[in-house]
Parts: sequence; structure tokens; C-alpha cells
Amino acid sequence: MTSEIDVGQRTDTAGNGRAGGRRMSTGRLGDQIFAHSARGSGVVLLAIMAAIAVFLIWRAVPALRANEANFLTEQEWNPNATPPVFGIAQLAFGTLMSSFLALLMATPVAIGIALFISFYAPRRLASGLGYLVDLLAAVPSIVYGLWGLHYFGTKMDDVGRFLNDYFSWIPLFGGDSVGGRSLLTASVILAIMILPIISSITREVFLQVPTANVEAALALGATRWETIRMAVLPFGRSGMISAAMLGLGRALGETIAVAMVLSTASGISIHILKDGGNTIAANIANSFAEAGETGRGALIASGLVLFVITLIVNMGARAIVARRKEFV
Amino acid sequence: MAKRIEISGLHAYYGAVHAIEDISMTVEPRSVTAFIGPSGCGKSTFLRTLNRMHEVIPGARVEGKVMLDDEDLYGSDVDPVAVRRVVGMVFQRPNPFPTMSIYDNVAAGLKLNGVRRKSQLDEIVERSLKGANLWNEVKDRLSRPGAGLSGGQQQRLCIARAIAVQPQVLLMDEPCSALDPISTLAIEDLIAELKSQYTIVIVTHNMQQAARVSDRTAFFNIAGTGKPGKLIEIDDTSKIFTNPSEKATEDYITGRFG
Amino acid sequence: MSVKGAELELKSLPRVSARRRMADRTVQSLVYAAFVIAIIPLVSVLWMVVTRGMERLDLDFLTFSMNGLSSSDEGGGANHAIVGTLQQVGLTAVMAVPLGILTGVYLVEYGGNSRLARVITFFVDVMTGIPSIVAGLFILAFWLLALGFEYSGFAGALALAILMMPTVVRATEEMLKLVPNDLREASYALGVPRWRTICFVVLPTALTGIVTGVMLAVARVMGETAPLLLLVFITDAINSNPFEGPQGSLPTFIWYQAGDPNPQAIERAWAAALTLILIIMLLNLGARLLARLRKPVSR
Ligand SMILES: Nc1ncnc2c1ncn2[C@@H]1O[C@H](COP(=O)(O)OP(=O)(O)O)[C@@H](O)[C@H]1O
Ligand SMILES: [Mg+2]
Repeated sequence: MTSEIDVGQRTDTAGNGRAGGRRMSTGRLGDQIFAHSARGSGVVLLAIMAAIAVFLIWRAVPALRANEANFLTEQEWNPNATPPVFGIAQLAFGTLMSSFLALLMATPVAIGIALFISFYAPRRLASGLGYLVDLLAAVPSIVYGLWGLHYFGTKMDDVGRFLNDYFSWIPLFGGDSVGGRSLLTASVILAIMILPIISSITREVFLQVPTANVEAALALGATRWETIRMAVLPFGRSGMISAAMLGLGRALGETIAVAMVLSTASGISIHILKDGGNTIAANIANSFAEAGETGRGALIASGLVLFVITLIVNMGARAIVARRKEFV
Repeated sequence: MAKRIEISGLHAYYGAVHAIEDISMTVEPRSVTAFIGPSGCGKSTFLRTLNRMHEVIPGARVEGKVMLDDEDLYGSDVDPVAVRRVVGMVFQRPNPFPTMSIYDNVAAGLKLNGVRRKSQLDEIVERSLKGANLWNEVKDRLSRPGAGLSGGQQQRLCIARAIAVQPQVLLMDEPCSALDPISTLAIEDLIAELKSQYTIVIVTHNMQQAARVSDRTAFFNIAGTGKPGKLIEIDDTSKIFTNPSEKATEDYITGRFG
Repeated sequence: MSVKGAELELKSLPRVSARRRMADRTVQSLVYAAFVIAIIPLVSVLWMVVTRGMERLDLDFLTFSMNGLSSSDEGGGANHAIVGTLQQVGLTAVMAVPLGILTGVYLVEYGGNSRLARVITFFVDVMTGIPSIVAGLFILAFWLLALGFEYSGFAGALALAILMMPTVVRATEEMLKLVPNDLREASYALGVPRWRTICFVVLPTALTGIVTGVMLAVARVMGETAPLLLLVFITDAINSNPFEGPQGSLPTFIWYQAGDPNPQAIERAWAAALTLILIIMLLNLGARLLARLRKPVSR
């Protein structure tokens, strides 16, 4: 009891209302407990972030020590061999290649969707149409993987052959053993998956465009497109960049859909129509079951690389948003 | 250059709300017409029907006729983009494009209309800024953002932007209400100069301003909240301020108004 | 030429050049096309899942497990997977919701503009971007390898909680910010302590909004597969104890059945996908209905 009052008095800095002695002191104690647990939860969240880095490093180091090859430049992934030989060169290449291709395809479409919903669609339908696009994000990646493996991939087989027949002079579309389980298929599925996040953030940015500027452009005799080019796109530029970066972060870390679609083959190849290719995340999902002690450590090491890459991309995107907020 | 505007039987709506009712009047070329009246009586709404800016608000629509010389702005084959090209507008709050430099703000409308030659752009930008009495203040920092100017300078920048495309009519919606007295004076002087070339319509809350700058004055009123605004009378400014025909006008002008 | 010139003088309005009109039209078509491009895969995915899934989705599928069946057998079901998914997601919510709400409360009600609050806000954002496989690897390193626990539904739930928490924080934050300050001040003025004000005045006002956010977050983590592969592993039998031993789950069920060459297995994968999508869509729909209910109250 006394300790309760103590707590109450010690923390009475605001000095608001000392009416009911006892009730107030239990109130104070409650305040203390509640404030601390609220703060504590936030701290737990920070601790988790730190722990992720610490534990990944801790498990990765022994495997990296045992590695006979250069982790960053080696293309093979044989951590279970004796001696273990593994490196992320091919995985990192596949990850970056598929994500950038996805970004390249998704960003213009996503911006188009955002423009459509914000400025072109009839007002009454706009929110419903926006919801439809958001549904794309509600479909789990495992379902995209299933769809990609057993339906879409077979369609992409034909697309790949067509591109290979007529455009093999473009290095990306060259090579043989063209198939539906290629980096291109994976990229298209990734693009579909990151469309909704890019377009919904872009839509939010468009909502913030000052009406006054839109009207200024219209009053100068600008067409709808000219108005968008004059008042909307320049205003939303940094927002769109960070939206694209967040989409990129998603694509880099996407695991299951890619793991299902790609038929793994080793070696770096820029022929994106070829069956095969691999990414860091997909490799973790695919090799985990057979991984021994070193194998798990090696996978964790590759996960650490993925963590760092996505962290940098995400922090960059957030920093752009934050800086923009200060200016506008 | 300047054109006469003849409005007849004009109604404007916001969805189901009837904002202004049955307005007919003539706006004379090469003169300044002031719109006065209590808040919410539809001055801005009416002004925005004159360059088809009213209809950009979702659900808003217009009935009636607005003739610019011999062409109906609401004719079925008229492109609102063309209307806004010849009927320029200055808004209540200065709204330069925040991402553009001073130069680009003024040149924005010109570029739309296909003026690309640097020398020609330079010339028109300079002429417009001079026309807006802003040239001397900004000539050394044309490439700096327009948003960095003071409020009064920004508003003059917006006027320069509007006159750069050489419109036939210039609509101004309370252009001085967000400005300090000195900037206000600068803009009033500017209006007096501009009227030799343009048909100018200005909405103002400030009776002295209407008396100072305008040749003709239109008084609008509203019967009560929720009722549509109406034109009470339009006449020479001197007559409106000394001897108005309507009692309501006199009450408003002498401040005997709720 | 001269006739045209005369006509131009007569008309007060200039013509908008054909080039400008073309550009406007072109962009309009492109923008419509972008929308259609996004809808095609949505329709295709849903169509495939519904038509292929219907072939096997029946009472048997929902009530039987795969116990004792091989992948080439007809029949069998996803009951063990459904049980596993519901338990894992339930546990996830039990961990992530209180932590997330409390963090949201801290950020809005206590944190103010303090350094800690800003750091947390930043990392909540960053946390939303953590790949699910990384969360899985972390729990693998921490829970299984360092602490020596076995595969279990709970281990999976730990990873899912990491993925769910930031979403709950964001939802809570947004909803609390909508609660008018007058309400808090009125309560303080009555001498009600802060924690009671938050628990009994502020949080209830924001409740439906927070519940909506939680439902969406649950729907989001329900389809996560990668961490479960590392942490829960897989079993064909029903394991109703999420704290011990491998468990089934809908996503991992789909993963293994889809990867199997037997058409019977692939059928089961589609049926499980339909089951998963139905649950997720129900949650989404519920969340939307709830959000709509809220609107008239907060005006
Ligand atoms: N965007 C809008 N949507 C709905 N009603 C509006 C809108 N803008 C103005 N109104 C209504 O139209 C009437 C006239 O407004 P306005 O033209 O702004 O008056 P004034 O400029 O004379 O103050 C007012 O009753 C106002 O509430
Ligand atoms: Mg007004």
C-alpha cells in the first residue's frame, strides 16, 4: 500500500488533481504500469529488429568460416559437400534480375492504375475499382505460385518461344532451352504481386496533390494529361519513387511464388527465357529440407544478405517519404 | 483582343444544391467589372462558370448561356480546354506550381500552346512579368522556385502566368484577400493598367476596392441559407455606390446588412 | 487558306491542336489499359482457383487428413492443414495483437515527438518490409537452433507474429489519431487517470477500426508459407497440439501437393488454395463490412 503511494507521489510532476487520495494513487500505479507496458512493447519491437540481425550473424559466421569458396563471388551452392562450397553470386543475380524486371513492368502499370482511379474513373466507381486492385494483394503468394506453376507458366512457355524466335538478337531473349519456368515468368508474377502496393501508395500521393495546383493548370487551358504532367506528376515524383522502392523490397524478398515457378538450374545466365535461374529467397525454401548443419548456416548467411538488401531499400524508400513530408 | 461576355439565364448546381439562379448580365470589354455580395451568395461559383471551371468539381453542372462575343461557351462542340485558353483566371490563394521555377511558371501556358523557341519564351516571360509589375523584383532569380516568393509576389506571378498566354478575359476571384495592404495596392494598380487590354472581372469582399478599381459593379445576394444566390443589380460603379436602384444593394453597401 | 484565316478570325475560340488532343486521348487509353492489365491476372487467378478447386472441395476434403495416404491416392483432405493454420494464426494474433496495440498506444498517447517514438515509428515501417523468409530464418536461428526447441506450430506463429505486428501497430496508430482530443480532455477533466481514459474511452472509440485492421493483418499472414516450411515442417496427420511437433497448414499443404507430379495431388493443391482464398476473402469482406459500420458513427 505504502509503496503504491510512493510511486504515485514520486511521479506527480504534472500535479493535475489531487482530489481522491487513495483512488488517485491506484490510478497513478495503473498509469505507471500501463505507460511502461506500452513503452515496453515499442522497445520489444526494436529489440526484435536488433535480434534478427544478431542471430542471423551468429548462425551465419560458422558456416562462412567453413566455406571453401568466396561467399560473394562463388556461383555454386554446395554447403553440404565436404568441404562446403557455396556462394550467393548466382542467387543474388537472379534476385536482382527478377526484381528489377518486375519493377520495370509493374511501375508504369501501377502509376497508370493510380492515375486511372484518381483522375479518369467515374467518381462513384473509383473506390470500388481501387478495392479490386487491392484484392491482388490479398491473394497469398502460395496461390500465385500454384497458378504460376500449373497455369500461367504453361502460357509463358509459348510467349517465351515467340520472343526467342523473333527477338533472340536481344541478348536477354537469346539462348536455348526456352521454357515456362524461366526468370521472365517469375518476374511477371512478381510484377503482378507488387502492382497493388505501388499503385496504392501512388494513389495516396496523388490524393495529396493540392487542388489549387490542379485547378491552376486547368485554368491555363491544359488538357487532362497536360494537367497531370504539370501539377500531378512533378508533385508526386518522390512519392512514386519511394512506392517503387517499396515494391522492389517486396519483390526482392518474395519467396514462395518464385520458388514454385522457377525450375532451378545452376549458373548465371542473362537469358531470361531459359528454364531455370534461382533467387536467394527461393533457394532457402527449396534447399532447406536437405540442409545439414552447415547448410542451414549457409542459408542463414544468404538470408542475412537478403535482410541487409531489403533493409537498405526499405529505409531508402522511407527516408524519401520522410524528407518529402518535411518539405510539403 | 478583349471580348464582351453576355450571360443569359444561367444556373449552377453542386449535385442537388442549386447554387446560383437565373443570372443574366453583360460584361463589357476593356473594363473592370466587380462582383460584390455577402459570403456564400455564389460569386465564385458564377465566376467559375465563365471559364468552365465550375464543371471540374464532381457533380457540378451548369445551365444557361454564356456568349463570348458570338460564341456560346457551353455550345455542344466547344472544348472547355479552348475556353480556358482564352478566359484566364487568378485564384483567391496564390497557387504557383510548387515544383517549377519562376520562369517555368510563367512559361507553363505558353509551352502548352506550342511556343518552344527559347528567344520567344524569354521575350514573353519578360513581357508578362513586366505586365504583372514583378519583373524588377525577380529578374535576377528567374530559375528559383516560385514558391519562394512572398504572398503578394506569388499572386502577381499567377497574374503573369495568366496573361502570358494573352487571354481575352481575365477572371480574378478575391485576388487580394490573402495579401497585405501594400501588395494589395500593387495589384490594384496592375488591374488598372491591364484593363486597357483585357476584359476583367474581379470578385471582391472589399467595397473600397470595388469602388477604386471597377467601372461596373454587380451586386449578388442570397435570400437565406440553402437558397440559390441571385444577381440583384449591375450598374456603373459610381451609380451603385451613390445611388443604387435596389434597397438591398444600398443596405449592403452602407453596412446595414446582416 | 484565306477562307480558313477568315473563319479563324470570326471564331473567338481557338482550336486545341490535334497533337495535344491525340496525346490526351492516347494517355487516356493507356491509363484504361493499365487498369485492365491489372484485372486480367486477378480474374485469371480467381477463376482458376475456383474452377479447379471446386473439383475436389467437398466435405471429405474438409474433414479428412492425408494420414496413411500416398500422394497418388484419390481422396484425402486438408483437415489437418486447416486445423494447423487456424491454430497457428490464432497463436500469432494472441502474440502480435496486444504487442501491436500497446505499441500503437505508446506512439499516439505517450510517445509524442520523443526520440524513442520516432525511432519506433521508423522501424515499424522498416519491419513491414522484412521478407517473410528472413523472419523465418530468425526464428530458426533463435528458437530452434539457439534455444533447442523442435518444429512446432508455435515456432511458425512466432515468425508470423513478427510479420503481423507492424500492421497492427499502424492500424492502431491511425485509428487512435482519429479519436478527437476533446474526448481525452473531457475524461481527464473528470479526474479519470490516463490509463483508464485510454482503456475505457479512447480504445473503445477506436475499437472497430482496430478490429478491422487486425482482421486484415490476420488475412495477410494466413497465406504466408516460407516461415512455416522452416519452422513447422509438415505432417500428413492431424496434430492438434501447436506446441509440439510438426503440424500441417494450408500454405505448406499447397506447397507440397503442388510440387507433386501426381494429378491427384495437384487437385488437392487447388482445393486447398480455394479453401485458403475463401477464408481470406471472408476476413477481408468482414473487415470491410465492419469498416462501413463504423463510418456513420465517426461521421
Ligand atoms: N465545392 C462545392 N460543393 C458544394 N457546394 C459548394 C461548393 N462550393 C461552393 N458551394 C456552395 O455554393 C454556394 C456559393 O458558394 P460560393 O460561390 O463560394 O460563394 P461566394 O464566393 O460568394 O462566397 C454556397 O452555398 C456554398 O456552400
Ligand atoms: Mg468566394
